[in-house]
Amino acid sequence: MSSHTGRTRWLGNSVVQVFLVLVALVWVTPLAGLFLSSLRSEQDNASNGWWTSLIDPAQLSVDNYRALFEESGLVSAFWNTVLISVPTTVLVVGIAALAGYAFAWLSFPARDAVFLVVVGLLVVPVQIGLLPVAKLFGAVGLFGTVAGVIIFHVAYGLPFAVFLLRNYFAEIPKEMLEAARLDGGSEWRIFLRLILPLGRPAIASLAIFQFLWVWNDMLVALLFADSESQPLTVALQSQMRQFGSNIGVLAPGAFLSLVVPLVVFFAFQKHFVQGVMAGSVK
Amino acid sequence: MSHTPKARAAADPRRRALRRRRLLGMLFVLPALLLLGALVVYPVVFSVGRSLFDASGDRFVGAANYMEMFQDPATLKAVRNSAIWVVVAPVLLTGLGLVLAVLTEKVRWATAFKLVLFLPMAVSFLAAGIIFRLAYEQNPDRGVLNAAIVGVHDAIDEPSPYPTARAREGKGLSGSPGEGYTTVEVRPGGDIVLPFVGVAPEAVPHRAAPAWTPEPSAGSLSGAVYLDFTPGAGGRQGQIDPKENGLPGVTVEVLRGGTVVASTRTGDNGSFRFDDLGDDAYTLRVPASNFAAGYTGVDWLGPALVTPAIIGAYLWVWTGFSMVLIGAGLAAIPRDALEAARVDGATEGQIFRKITVPLLAPVLTVVFVTLVINVMKVFDLVYIIAPGPVQEEANVLATRMWLVSFGGGNDQGLGSALSVLLLLLVVPAMIFNIRRFRKGGA
Repeated sequence: MSSHTGRTRWLGNSVVQVFLVLVALVWVTPLAGLFLSSLRSEQDNASNGWWTSLIDPAQLSVDNYRALFEESGLVSAFWNTVLISVPTTVLVVGIAALAGYAFAWLSFPARDAVFLVVVGLLVVPVQIGLLPVAKLFGAVGLFGTVAGVIIFHVAYGLPFAVFLLRNYFAEIPKEMLEAARLDGGSEWRIFLRLILPLGRPAIASLAIFQFLWVWNDMLVALLFADSESQPLTVALQSQMRQFGSNIGVLAPGAFLSLVVPLVVFFAFQKHFVQGVMAGSVK
Repeated sequence: MSHTPKARAAADPRRRALRRRRLLGMLFVLPALLLLGALVVYPVVFSVGRSLFDASGDRFVGAANYMEMFQDPATLKAVRNSAIWVVVAPVLLTGLGLVLAVLTEKVRWATAFKLVLFLPMAVSFLAAGIIFRLAYEQNPDRGVLNAAIVGVHDAIDEPSPYPTARAREGKGLSGSPGEGYTTVEVRPGGDIVLPFVGVAPEAVPHRAAPAWTPEPSAGSLSGAVYLDFTPGAGGRQGQIDPKENGLPGVTVEVLRGGTVVASTRTGDNGSFRFDDLGDDAYTLRVPASNFAAGYTGVDWLGPALVTPAIIGAYLWVWTGFSMVLIGAGLAAIPRDALEAARVDGATEGQIFRKITVPLLAPVLTVVFVTLVINVMKVFDLVYIIAPGPVQEEANVLATRMWLVSFGGGNDQGLGSALSVLLLLLVVPAMIFNIRRFRKGGA
């Protein structure tokens, strides 16, 4: 009897293993397809599938990437992406850390009511800001600039950032804070020397989430950036119309945009997962 | 105001610190509140106002833009598609996440598996869009999904041997590739040649041999199906010439009075033979199945399937999220409850339904609500994957809003109304968040 159930359990388990292997394969295949396509010539991509290169690796070369780096359009778009996402991340973390500390440990009129409004703003869709902010930016000369894209991203990144950091800072034991205050530390010093170091895990998760969010954004930059300031996503999007005849540009371009998030993903797995999980309330 | 200097002195250092803290507090939140006020709160108010005016913003139209949403066919289509998205995607994702989370608990390489499924969360929707445009390509020689489907299909149901072939006209066969070809009535003892053209040299199987010249014998019907084309020049139409090959694998039927009495396939030299036939009048038929066009897979990005196809890409991105979150909830379920049930003889299925799912209900709710909010705002994937001509079939609220406001529609009144609708749809989630927070949870 027991050997029988043991056997069915073993059998069931190998069915599960096979099933999960298949699922994992299904998940990897599209990504592998993009990568291999990016290494194949335009003619090969037009005439047969990327999987033929598994049998015939001679198809693969880095020529597409070489062409991509020589043709400056996508490279400058790549630098625009860096130029947009790094300052945005720094600003969001900085501004939200200050506000988070104030909401958690400083008192001012209507503090908790204001914080509830911030919680309410968590789910406000970006779409509602597009038209009004475009008019606003047009009036002050920010429309079509990197700065405009950054400012918009910062504003829409703040509700979640403030929410996350305020909640994390609020968990810091009260005694630690009061001891620091009794020692005569100024609030500014306490913020820099106590709150920021203690809040590091939350700040790391937030920074990673925010960075990837902006790095991967297309919609905001599609409206607020012009052809000079456009990031990689927008530059690639503008090539979608010729899809089919320009896979030699689109596939390596898309892979270029993937590399940084993938590196971040593998380097900071734990913070990445935590950041995405926490950020999903947006 | 009534403070005496003495009282002021007593309260002093503490009160001063408190006042400083209060001032500093306001200073610290100021940058955040300024940005939120100008770029988030003000736009909400502006959009609500703007949605009550016409396209150019000159004329007050009341709720007309909101009425139009449900009358303009293109916008109505987007409303419908969004409804499909919001119902289908979160349900599938939560279900898939639950099943995978339970199954990964049973294997040792769960961490690696979770890593693979979570990976797409790092990928931009734009890149995911390009990835799936490639995968969904209609041509099975290029799109991996159709390549797989056609492969499986042709393994089960053999493809027709000669999709391009047609009979040499006026040489004994009448009909068409779509209906099949028939001969005139023949009697056993006779022989017959069935000439075909329209087969490219590379489409002729390697095993094809020079066409067989029939040898009549009593009581049987025999003949050859062959490619009536001599490479180079020469050759007579409707007759077997020395350099002409038979067509192997062609199905030939023999009919008596309209019903099929026997059927066979031609050999390598195109020969077929029916023995033991009575002395009746027969017709031979080369049925249409020989000429059926090859199966070319599914038109994923055509108007009918484009929305399910894009939802498929969305599943690829988000399944890892739902699985990891549910997995964390699963890990928190007390082991003793499960063990006790197992000892009591409960099956795995019973345990799953009666214990695991009810205990997981709060986590499942959070996953579901989160997904609904995110699905509501889906933009990039639809914008990227749907090819231009079917964009309208695939539109959701966010893409329609974009097209109406900025993508040539140039109707900022309707665009604002659509963005307000998007906001209204997430208000329940907003209330859910605030409630959850006030209850003390983060």
